[in-house]
Amino acid sequence: MISIKNLTFSYKKSSHPVFEDLTIDFAKGFNVILGPNGAGKSTLVKAIFGLLEYEGQVFYDDLDITNLPLTEKIKKMSYLPQMDTNQSSLTVLEMVLLGRLPDLRRKVSDEDLNIVLNTMKSLSIDDLASRSFNELSGGQQKLVFIAQTLVRNPELMILDEPTNSLDLQRQLELCQLLKDIVSEKGLDLIVILHDINLAARYADNIVIINENGNFYDSGKPKEVINSEMLHDVYGVIGEVSIDGDNIPIISPRKSIRNR
Amino acid sequence: MNHEINKIEKNRKIYDSLIRRRLVIISGLTVAIFALLLANISIGSTAIPVREILRVVFTGVGQNNNKMIIMDIRMPMALMAIVVGASLGIGGCEIQTILRNPIASPFTLGISSAASFGAAMGLVLNNNLFNAPESLVVTANAFAFSLLVAVLIYIFSLQPQIGKTAIILFGIALNFLFTALTTILQYIADEDQLQSLIFWNFGSLLRTTWTKFYIVLIILIFCTVILSKNAWKLTAMTLDDTKAKSLGVDTTKVRRMAIFLTSLLSAVAISFVGTIGFVGLIAPHIARQLVGEDQRFFMPLSAIIGAFLLSLAFLISKIVIRGVILPIGLVTSVIGIPFFIGIIFSRMGSMQ
Repeated sequence: MISIKNLTFSYKKSSHPVFEDLTIDFAKGFNVILGPNGAGKSTLVKAIFGLLEYEGQVFYDDLDITNLPLTEKIKKMSYLPQMDTNQSSLTVLEMVLLGRLPDLRRKVSDEDLNIVLNTMKSLSIDDLASRSFNELSGGQQKLVFIAQTLVRNPELMILDEPTNSLDLQRQLELCQLLKDIVSEKGLDLIVILHDINLAARYADNIVIINENGNFYDSGKPKEVINSEMLHDVYGVIGEVSIDGDNIPIISPRKSIRNR
Repeated sequence: MNHEINKIEKNRKIYDSLIRRRLVIISGLTVAIFALLLANISIGSTAIPVREILRVVFTGVGQNNNKMIIMDIRMPMALMAIVVGASLGIGGCEIQTILRNPIASPFTLGISSAASFGAAMGLVLNNNLFNAPESLVVTANAFAFSLLVAVLIYIFSLQPQIGKTAIILFGIALNFLFTALTTILQYIADEDQLQSLIFWNFGSLLRTTWTKFYIVLIILIFCTVILSKNAWKLTAMTLDDTKAKSLGVDTTKVRRMAIFLTSLLSAVAISFVGTIGFVGLIAPHIARQLVGEDQRFFMPLSAIIGAFLLSLAFLISKIVIRGVILPIGLVTSVIGIPFFIGIIFSRMGSMQ
């Protein structure tokens, strides 16, 4: 999977680096990146996908992908950026077709169309095919983007907060869907989530970065989610208990800044 | 399982019918353009029946000097309306796509007025900036200035915190600047030059020759081919930049290409027929309503509607006042301005 070695990065105008000498190893399967706002989670996945210029190296298995051009990289991995508002008058079918872009011909081939239609079917958005993307609900738009990310048959999917602005039911459904995709297709996943309980329930491996963009801990949910971590990373006092499914759940009580 | 296969078949049919509907719209309008072409050849100081036109075109024989009127005067003008309209339509379509701004067009962004200024400079000052061949001086100057403005707008749009409205205002400022500069040239021009300049500012097809027509046609085909090859990438450009990049699109490269080709199309069209406003704004707007933003259809339809609108404007310019051919640029402005205001009212709310 992805290994990051000695990553240093700062946005041009600010002298303060987002990451300094950051080294992280991701595991196979469903990875979740956790960390407070401003820790640099989105920046980290952008660096992995290659949208930023940084110092250090990124490996995918044994392959050094640091300087791999985007056109090569997208054959292996797909990336869904964080998006709050989406305006597009494209139809859902066209939107998903765009996921096949590197190979997409002017006249859409049967193969491309089949992959797209099958993927839409598997995500139950096939009924939306001719609808305009603008008219969809937030949850439906997310599914369309997931479909767009999937149709490339990537080995690795990187998703930046796919659950934000979804209601509780859809958050659970989306995470279950991702977990099913991981086990059925054997692909790897790096997902940024905000909700620690959601991460604990679905992740195979959790990577935690703290406020300063430093690596804090990684491992199975039960190994990394504890009250010490809540205190150090999130600045929160709370307990962690184990629920009936043998999954750690957090009960945050108060901020360490509150007396 | 059977049920699922049927569902996929059903969606495939949806896709096919979507494509078919768009092709019908495109073919329908293409037929309409042919009708307007015939009408434009037929109508003039003397009316020539359609049968006579067809006879001249297909057999090369005509009554009196009909052959000369049709082949040397009216045909190139009517065809010029088509290729110039198409060039402006495509220019508007692509500039709207890469700036993600529905009220952008070569005209509203000042690209057209910059081209006019370049052309005027070549004409009045005999300024051959690029050592272009004599016959292409005006065109080369027009292109240089339209490219300059397009690049300026592109750089301006890259600044963070710049909204879509600000880009248009910047374009309008450039528009004023180049209009003023052209006026200065008018002030120092001699009488012959002045007449040519006024011709530019009004926009007119009357000085069309076959050579000019072929130049515009070749540039139009060249740009259309390149843009067609990049149709899906341009479609992806309608999403935001990070999203387009995540789909594997080199956004910088696609933008650069679109800016270059738009400037080329605008400059070539303008250097031969003068400033023709609003076609580049309205054509893509209508095309978007009809087929959406899938560039495989959006771009050709913008071209076709542009050609249709300019042919129609040419027809109107000949029949409003009997015996007088109004400059076509005036006609498109009179038709275009209410439309422009309409777009502002309906779209500005969603643009903030």
